[in-house]
Amino acid sequence: MIVAGCDVGSLTAKAVIIDENGIVASAMALAKRSPEESARAVMDQALNNAGVAMTDISWCVGTGYGRKHISFVNSVESEIACHGRGAVWQAPTARTVIDIGGPDCKAIKVDASGAVARFIYNDKCASGTGRFLEVIAEALEIKLDDLGDISLKSAKKITLSNQCVVFAETEIISLVNDGAEISDIIRALHHAVANRAAALAKSITIEKDIVMTGGVARNAGMFEALKSALGTDLLRVDNPQINGAIGAALMAMDAARGTPATEHRKEGALVE
Amino acid sequence: MMVAGCDVGSLTSKAVIMKDGKMVESVIIKSKARPGDSADAAMGQALSKTGLSMQDIGFCVGTGYGRDRISFVQEAVTEIACHGKGAQWLVPSARTVIDIGGQDCKAMRIDEQGNMIKFTANDKCASGTGRFLEVMAKVLHVELGDLGALSALSKNAITLASACTVWAQADVIQYLNSGVPVADIAAGINSAMASRMSIIVNNIGFERDVVMTGGVAKNAGVVSALEKLLGLRIKRVTRADPQLAGAIGAALIAMEKAQGGKS
Repeated sequence: MIVAGCDVGSLTAKAVIIDENGIVASAMALAKRSPEESARAVMDQALNNAGVAMTDISWCVGTGYGRKHISFVNSVESEIACHGRGAVWQAPTARTVIDIGGPDCKAIKVDASGAVARFIYNDKCASGTGRFLEVIAEALEIKLDDLGDISLKSAKKITLSNQCVVFAETEIISLVNDGAEISDIIRALHHAVANRAAALAKSITIEKDIVMTGGVARNAGMFEALKSALGTDLLRVDNPQINGAIGAALMAMDAARGTPATEHRKEGALVE
Repeated sequence: MMVAGCDVGSLTSKAVIMKDGKMVESVIIKSKARPGDSADAAMGQALSKTGLSMQDIGFCVGTGYGRDRISFVQEAVTEIACHGKGAQWLVPSARTVIDIGGQDCKAMRIDEQGNMIKFTANDKCASGTGRFLEVMAKVLHVELGDLGALSALSKNAITLASACTVWAQADVIQYLNSGVPVADIAAGINSAMASRMSIIVNNIGFERDVVMTGGVAKNAGVVSALEKLLGLRIKRVTRADPQLAGAIGAALIAMEKAQGGKS
């Protein structure tokens, strides 16, 4: 039996197809004009990668900010529930999930089944989100994907005094003008984002193990910075950016098998 | 005796020359890279307009974020002390002052002498500060000073979903791309600005009269949106440019210092 999860965010859309043995195929695409269009495009890509048709999918769960606008899904689940479920599947010992994406940052406490116990969410302030990295990368004309490697070359520790993205941008430009090393600046930037995310996570009292997910987890410098901000070890997963879609697919599997997913449904209701 | 005040801010620098409690000359310039250069330029222009030289100034006080880098002042005084005094000179009945700077928003309660009683500020987040409007004006390709007049033309103001400057900027770009009139966007921007400011003002608990100083006080859109949110009329500053409040306060303190060192 194959099932699918589709996570439509404001910036990217992800789709994952799984069977009883694990991930069959996945896809990721930049968001298009409408959530429906994004969902269709990314799902077509995943189906194509798997070599199957939509009619082969027994159940499909939609999640993410655009989840209510996906016509082809059988049910929808909250992002938080999907992220919790996906993270525990990817890292079974994880009890706290810190997900940093482009538009938001979430900290989720989960039980061994991946059900959500508590969570906190920031999408009000760009600081502590991937957008902080994007704004600075744009200002410094550096590719977002290069930030991690650049920061790892840093030899000198500097600290940004501003937490606000707008003020930090000005501060960083003057650091550049004063001749500071770009690698040192980028490391400082990673620490600024990580400190903010760690503060959010600590507000719900973190429990070990902690796993980092979201697109930002692919940045090795950010991973190190978050580890140091938390002052504890941090788990990595193979597919941080499609974690939410994995969780959605797992819930699709539950639904297809007729497993009462009451736990997850209940958690889902928390976010509405 | 002639005294002077020089207020070096992050965006603009101001110099004021006063005599016997009356303003003789004032200058507002865009700040330069170095605060010392901004101060020299602003004060230099004020002096040359009056045909005076620095020797004619009995006492000069510096304030603003660059106050410690001004070469020609006898003393540097905090912005809060200066803004209270300046606001009281501009509007004697003022008891609550809202001052929007280039990168902060201050709210203070003052007594009838302009002494600060209570104070609160936001300088951590760009939202609700002059920087928010500066970023938005840039996105709209309009002059910062035109945002107020522009929003007066609005018929159907937009609502920005987020207070964060970064997210609001993305919102504004989207509205522009979807063809929403610039005036409606400007009105939404001014409302967002006022709503963020109102949090700080409510926080301190205001007492009448309420006045607004700083460059944003000249933005009628923000002022009227804030009046609606606070449910009161904000007393307009007419005696001088509200942006000069800090420099005026600095000059008034310079006068006190010159007249016998009471501080």
